Amino acid sequence: MGKVMLEVRNLKTKYVTRFHEDVYAVDGVSFKIEEGKSLGIAGESGCGKSTLALSMMGYYFPPLHYMSGDIIIDGKNISGLDPDEVRKTILGTEIAYIPQAAMNALNPTQKIIRFIEDVVRAHQPKKDKKEIRAMAEQRFAELGLQPGTLDKHAVELSGGMKQRTVIAVSTILNPKVLIADEPSSALDVTSQKMVIKMMRELMEKGYIKSMLFITHELPLLYNVTDDIMVMYAGQIVEKGTAKEMVFDPVHPYSHGLMGSILVPEEGTRGQKLGAIPGAPPNLKKPPNGCRFAERCKYATADCRYTSIPEKPFGDGRMYRCLKGVDELKEVYSGE
Amino acid sequence: MSEMEKARAQTDFSDKPLCLSGRGVTKVFGFGDKKTVAVDHVDFDFHEGEFVSIVGESGSGKTTLSKMLLGLSNQTEGEILFQGKPRDIGTGRKKREYWKGIQAIFQDPFSSFNTFQKVDAVLLDCINMRGGKHLSKQEKTDMMTEACNFVNLKFAELTNKYPFELSGGQMQRLMIARIFLLKPKILLADEPTSMVDACSRATILDMLLNLRDETGMTVIFITHDIGLAYYISDTVYIMEHGKFVEFGKADEVILEPKAAYTKRLISDVPKIHEEWDLSTVDLKQDA
Repeated sequence: MGKVMLEVRNLKTKYVTRFHEDVYAVDGVSFKIEEGKSLGIAGESGCGKSTLALSMMGYYFPPLHYMSGDIIIDGKNISGLDPDEVRKTILGTEIAYIPQAAMNALNPTQKIIRFIEDVVRAHQPKKDKKEIRAMAEQRFAELGLQPGTLDKHAVELSGGMKQRTVIAVSTILNPKVLIADEPSSALDVTSQKMVIKMMRELMEKGYIKSMLFITHELPLLYNVTDDIMVMYAGQIVEKGTAKEMVFDPVHPYSHGLMGSILVPEEGTRGQKLGAIPGAPPNLKKPPNGCRFAERCKYATADCRYTSIPEKPFGDGRMYRCLKGVDELKEVYSGE
Repeated sequence: MSEMEKARAQTDFSDKPLCLSGRGVTKVFGFGDKKTVAVDHVDFDFHEGEFVSIVGESGSGKTTLSKMLLGLSNQTEGEILFQGKPRDIGTGRKKREYWKGIQAIFQDPFSSFNTFQKVDAVLLDCINMRGGKHLSKQEKTDMMTEACNFVNLKFAELTNKYPFELSGGQMQRLMIARIFLLKPKILLADEPTSMVDACSRATILDMLLNLRDETGMTVIFITHDIGLAYYISDTVYIMEHGKFVEFGKADEVILEPKAAYTKRLISDVPKIHEEWDLSTVDLKQDA
């Protein structure tokens, strides 16, 4: 077992609305990522994927509030730190974040090199500009970006180039954890492939130690990450290796989700897509029992009233359902 | 494979009557040095009841073509034939007449609806457009309820709501309910699932297939997702730089692609049973 790079223990965060109502967006999430490993988070819109990412890097600005739990990066607990302190000491060196709209994150009036200077000087205020440029040029060349890009403005770059530049800028200080929130969902397949290749190179060359990849594109997760977690209504409902999760999902929700994969492979045309009817519960008043019970084909009365803990099984896997693993598998095979 | 799926995989549409076809359709933007040929002399034949996908990357001319098909912009050259006859949309009246035959679902559900119109008004408009103005209130309500049931929405819950009170998936389903009421000959769907997640996507795709089976309309599905196109369509057209580089039955085009562009497009998509080959990617080529 490798060294644990990122550990999240029972993290709970909430949004407070204008009317002072609490929305429990991340509700008791725990997981670990080891050095050199990548973890994917899948789930539908509004299940808390992006909130989890923001919470992990200590981005607690209203309406997002920290409630409880620990976030430990390489042995250092950063939970409950002041956002300003997090920006100065954690962001960029310990943890880097690529937001969903990273392509629009670049200020159009600044050259790319300015962003790099900004990032580096936030941590090393005395560093010389020439040194920073040399460092940036070397890193850009290694990642297949032309050093000339440094003197360009964001508008001169194509979408895929912008995305890769953002990734190169945010990882310039070799962060221990890279959080990528849908980094390729706005790109076409060719640019997407280049972005993924670049992220993989960052991992292989050891510039980033571990990665958390968020997307709802399951075939992509399967190809990029070692492990996959499925999130539903603020909780993790199942966790396992990528292969186990795609070919052998246990939780009814993951089972439905994996049934909706569309790939251009033989046999896809014949299959019935696993659509899950209904909508997720309102997180202002999360149900006491299973959160998926309302939409679950196999739910019983017990499911609605019993609170369900995370149940470990197999080789380091986990799921959250009242029914047993064998029972669920038998139901699926009978369909 | 179920019986229905088998039938779907084998249907031959070439002997069905033509619904929409194009000969040498071209669209040029700008002139002189700044000329851009967005759609370059394309020919196509869409038959009745056919589910057609047009696949291409960003900037390949998919949306420009769809605007021409809808009559929202005129072609620079070439001819579009509607039900075998040259299309005439010279005047507003003729255009409205044409739009009774062709309707669209757009990518962004949030900007597809009039913000000031409640959901029942949206649906009522459709009934009136189909010449249902004289119907009694009860009959109209029944029709609207039927349409909502078709897309798994509850009409009683929606009546007093504005479209922005619905979620993205619900809005897109409401859009399908509109199409259900309008029953056009052709439905043009421009990336209707790119802004919704995988679960809602499955629901919407199934609804589109049911709609086609029930009403026998032609569906033109525009997408950049080749996996999705393969799942849903009978015929696939692959578009590159304003031209169709390959077209044919979905099985033939996707499983045995001939054009180099199609091959590249398919190899770039992450798959689950085959290895996704990243070694072919040259990071320097873009720079």
